Amino acid sequence: MRVGLSWLREYAALPDSVTAEELDAALNNLGIEVEHIVDQRATVKGSLVVGKVLTIEELPGFKKPIRFCTVDVGQANGSGAPQEIVCGATNFAESDLVVVILPGGELPGGFQIGARKTYGHMSAGMICSSRELGLSDEHDGIIVLDPTVVKAVPGVDARPIVGLDDVIVEVTITPDRGYQMSVRGLARELAQAFGVAFTDPGLAPAPGKTAEPAWPLTVEDPVGCDRFAARLVRDVDPKAATPDFMQRRLTTAGIRTLGLPVDITNYVMLELGQPMHAFDADRISGALVVRRARDGEQLTTLDGVKRKLVAEDMVICDESGPISLAAVMGGQTSEVVDDTTTVLFEAAHWDPVMVGRTARRHKLFSEAAKRWERGVDRELCLVAVERAVRLLEEHGGGRPGDEILDIDHRPEARHITMNPGLPSRLIGVDYSADQVTDLLTKVGCFVAQYDDRLDVTPPSWRPDLVQGADLVEEVVRQGGFDRVPSTLPIAPPGNGLTPSQRRKRSVGRALAEQGYVEALTSPFVSAGVLSALGLPTQAVRLANPLSEEEPYMRTSLLPGLLGTLRRNVGRGNRDVALFEQGLVFLPAPESGTPPRMGVDRRPAEEDWTLAQRYVPVQPWHVAAVLAGSPLEPAGRWGAGRPADWSDAIQAARDILAAAGLAATRVTVAAGERAPFHPGRCAAVAVDGTVIGYAGELHPAVCAGQDLPKRTCALELDLDAVPLPGVTPPPVLFNFPAALIDVALVVPDGTPSAEVEAALREGAGDLLEAVRLFDVYTGKGVEDGHKSLAYALVFRASDRTLTVDEAVAARDAAVAVAAGRFGATLRGA
Amino acid sequence: MTYRSDPYDPKQVALLSPESLQAATAEAQTAFAGASDLDALVALKPQHLGDRSTVSLARREIGALPPAAKSDAGQRVNAARTAIQAAYDARLAVLEEERASRVLVEERVDVTLPGDRRPRGARHPLTTLMERVADMFVGMGYEVAEGPEVELEWANFDALNISPDHPARGLMDTFWVAGQDQAQATESGLVLRTHTSPVQARTMLSRKPPIYVVVPGKVYRTDELDATHSPVFHQVEGLVVDKGITMAHLKGTLDHFARQMFGPDARTRWRPHYFPFTEPSAEFDVWFAEHRDGPQWVEWGGCGMVNPNVLRACGIDPEVYSGFAFGMGIERTLMFRNGLADMREMMEGDVRFTRAFGMEVH
Repeated sequence: MRVGLSWLREYAALPDSVTAEELDAALNNLGIEVEHIVDQRATVKGSLVVGKVLTIEELPGFKKPIRFCTVDVGQANGSGAPQEIVCGATNFAESDLVVVILPGGELPGGFQIGARKTYGHMSAGMICSSRELGLSDEHDGIIVLDPTVVKAVPGVDARPIVGLDDVIVEVTITPDRGYQMSVRGLARELAQAFGVAFTDPGLAPAPGKTAEPAWPLTVEDPVGCDRFAARLVRDVDPKAATPDFMQRRLTTAGIRTLGLPVDITNYVMLELGQPMHAFDADRISGALVVRRARDGEQLTTLDGVKRKLVAEDMVICDESGPISLAAVMGGQTSEVVDDTTTVLFEAAHWDPVMVGRTARRHKLFSEAAKRWERGVDRELCLVAVERAVRLLEEHGGGRPGDEILDIDHRPEARHITMNPGLPSRLIGVDYSADQVTDLLTKVGCFVAQYDDRLDVTPPSWRPDLVQGADLVEEVVRQGGFDRVPSTLPIAPPGNGLTPSQRRKRSVGRALAEQGYVEALTSPFVSAGVLSALGLPTQAVRLANPLSEEEPYMRTSLLPGLLGTLRRNVGRGNRDVALFEQGLVFLPAPESGTPPRMGVDRRPAEEDWTLAQRYVPVQPWHVAAVLAGSPLEPAGRWGAGRPADWSDAIQAARDILAAAGLAATRVTVAAGERAPFHPGRCAAVAVDGTVIGYAGELHPAVCAGQDLPKRTCALELDLDAVPLPGVTPPPVLFNFPAALIDVALVVPDGTPSAEVEAALREGAGDLLEAVRLFDVYTGKGVEDGHKSLAYALVFRASDRTLTVDEAVAARDAAVAVAAGRFGATLRGA
Repeated sequence: MTYRSDPYDPKQVALLSPESLQAATAEAQTAFAGASDLDALVALKPQHLGDRSTVSLARREIGALPPAAKSDAGQRVNAARTAIQAAYDARLAVLEEERASRVLVEERVDVTLPGDRRPRGARHPLTTLMERVADMFVGMGYEVAEGPEVELEWANFDALNISPDHPARGLMDTFWVAGQDQAQATESGLVLRTHTSPVQARTMLSRKPPIYVVVPGKVYRTDELDATHSPVFHQVEGLVVDKGITMAHLKGTLDHFARQMFGPDARTRWRPHYFPFTEPSAEFDVWFAEHRDGPQWVEWGGCGMVNPNVLRACGIDPEVYSGFAFGMGIERTLMFRNGLADMREMMEGDVRFTRAFGMEVH
């Protein structure tokens, strides 16, 4: 809402000395967000004066018309001599009154005015347009003052004449406070803030309904419309112009002027907060009916759009059908036009929920709809009609009809019973019952004070006040939030982070320490990428995605990470290791609509439990991708070591180690899973349950997704990883160890991890550790075989092992491997 | 005692003469001192101290002496030998010292050479900022609560006193999960949560007061990505429900939080505002002395006393308990706290951006 302080002063007796800073602070403290406060008196600097055009010389030979003028600016230029000014506008004639800024002045935007040579003449100053003065966006030439309206002599200050003498306040109103979207409401708030008198234009005298209605009208749906007032004005001069002050105020508010009757409805809306409508009564046929629309009924609204109505919309109809989309926008057939002489002013009170829905359905977010949604005072209809009628009578020469229509289905006023101690209890400041009564009375409530309670009747303009807490807000708001003290509550002892919360952090830190960089990637994916990566396409789909290309929620972290990898490579970051942790979204156990649950009490346990089955399954995943040589990049030490499948698998092991799992609980086995290379993919399992995959991506995926060759990746479902529980202490023996290496020749396809497991099994308790230290194929090893060299450490708990014991254990180990894989000791 | 009876031959014992021994000593001392390096010194050793050296040959001659002369000659030879050995040892020490120093000089390296064979990665500053916020509240006894990101409409809106017709529910602001009926967008009853507040409802349904929780998390709104908006962003919110909780407690909590995040001079300033889930409600600014454009008030978040309707919907009696809630954007906090200009940098995953923040946001 954008309004001049001069209008607010008509109802709030603000002192002249009020500064922009004080206004800003006061509005902010009231919860009214200030966008701008512009003191127009300061926007144009220097001499801005009325000038009278003496002579005009057209300068030929330029691409556009240029005039060399002499202008009488009185004594404003010090000499009294005519001011010589070159001007590009043509909408003025000799002896017109114009607005001149003299050299040394400055226009809004820091445009400095000087004397300069242009088009072959000296030009000293400028004749101004509305836009140049920051008054409006109009640029149809310079301002020509109407001598019948403006009684001004050349040389006088032009600011008050063009309306550059106001302070413009632009504020944003929160959605609960419709009353503030009016001069009336803002003036009320400011008067309270500054402790000055307030004259309520909403309480201006207005005549009540007459026996004869102003127009025959019935309201069929008093829920949608609980009040409807109307009155005619006849013999309006269709040529009557909207007065200057009104135009200026509408322009300030950002509302276009559309002819006097319509301008008056907008003016009254700005002033009182009551949206209105003006019909051309001669274009209404027969009696009016206010009712719900019928599904499929059509109406062409003022904006020229033909709209299909639904049964929830409210319409005003005459015998021809709907002529107005109630509360939102009038219809074309009955709108006031250039030759309208009989105007029917309407002010009604509509159901805000209905208006909100209608506005959204038809995408008509008009100034009226904004007010309806925030709540409009239901007591204003007659006052607004009276105000509009008198304005049209005064400025349009109309003759008000005697009949006044007022159909009144207003509900009973609401009462709130409140414990007078509630504000103290919720705010932490002591308020006496008297103070509470006093503060609530100030905002317009009627308060009946009893020993144990307050019965509060909120004013008609505060439909937002419905419960005690709302009244508490009014109490604290008036007292000022500054007065609320600052004390810390004492929380009971907490339990710290949960094990799974700590685990997420450990995993993130472990990966970062290893060289991986965390990314937070977009969760929106396309069907194309899901199928290209071979991921499940049973994904959660959005009804209104930002991009129709990407309507799905990720089922894996890989699409996002691979996209981010590609972006990095594209930017020249060729050695990239990225990781991400986050939720992925999998289909819910149930589809359809979850059970409806109310809000007046806790949902029934079975409803709440059932509802969870409709929520998509959302496990916490961790994933990483690698390309180039991010872990060991090239440097002065030589070439980088390209990341490979084993880095990805090792990262998976590192994640599980960071998650607190002993290596013995983790198994890695060859796996086949999209989008991985079928021969370079590991299924990673904990306690025998596969929780994710790691390895090199399928070459076709790298090629198809424009990824570097041999890009590697891993993804684990961290939620599927059991929490580690208490770590048992390691058992350490200190008798000397026997170290024996064995090289086993096994067929090529034999997984080393299984050979190792066989060695462990065969060696028995004496084996303390086993480590693969070499894999060899080639000379000395039979074709189709490989040699795996293991270092075995044997140690007993209670004695020094003899060589014979160690060798026996080794032989037992080898025997199991031999039995299981046909392993032979190399060189044996 | 028996004595050899060889005839005394003065020529054979010439080496034992004091003159001879003195000469040999002097010669050895001169030779050793002249050795320029360890190799030369070692090469000189046999000549002056070896089996064929003067002192060694002289010692052999002692046997030829008459018994009365032996003691005297023996002492003389020993003295000479000791002196030569001392000369050798002294020179050896000097040369070894020289060599050690030379090795240190020769082994000098360029310590400015890079050593980043295994560069560290980094954690995202939004992650670490959320952890930092969570840790501060955990230190005050709060617990960290979590919830799903695809959320029940009921938890995201209804339970929070957001009316069925509130514009925020619309397709313009909220991502809706498609239902079976394409035309009826809201039929699924599921949204991408638009704030972390549904976790309030879940927490109140799963725990009994006193409740002190902090909720960091990812949220979604239908904004296109630009310098100041993102369809996916992060919030952190706090919820306290207990007996006797007041707005003063909320203020104390936010002031403490502000000091933790923005230094000892930080404090909050409140403006009345409207949120459906709190009443009274306020927006708050924080005084940030280290702002890159100079000390100033910066809009930070929203807060208020939990609306009794919310407590009721979650089965908590507003006559017995009261509560407060507050929330703020993590991206926004990071942006003004650390002076970032463009939201997109946080979202694009460029490793150069994230690496700059290391393992913890400072």
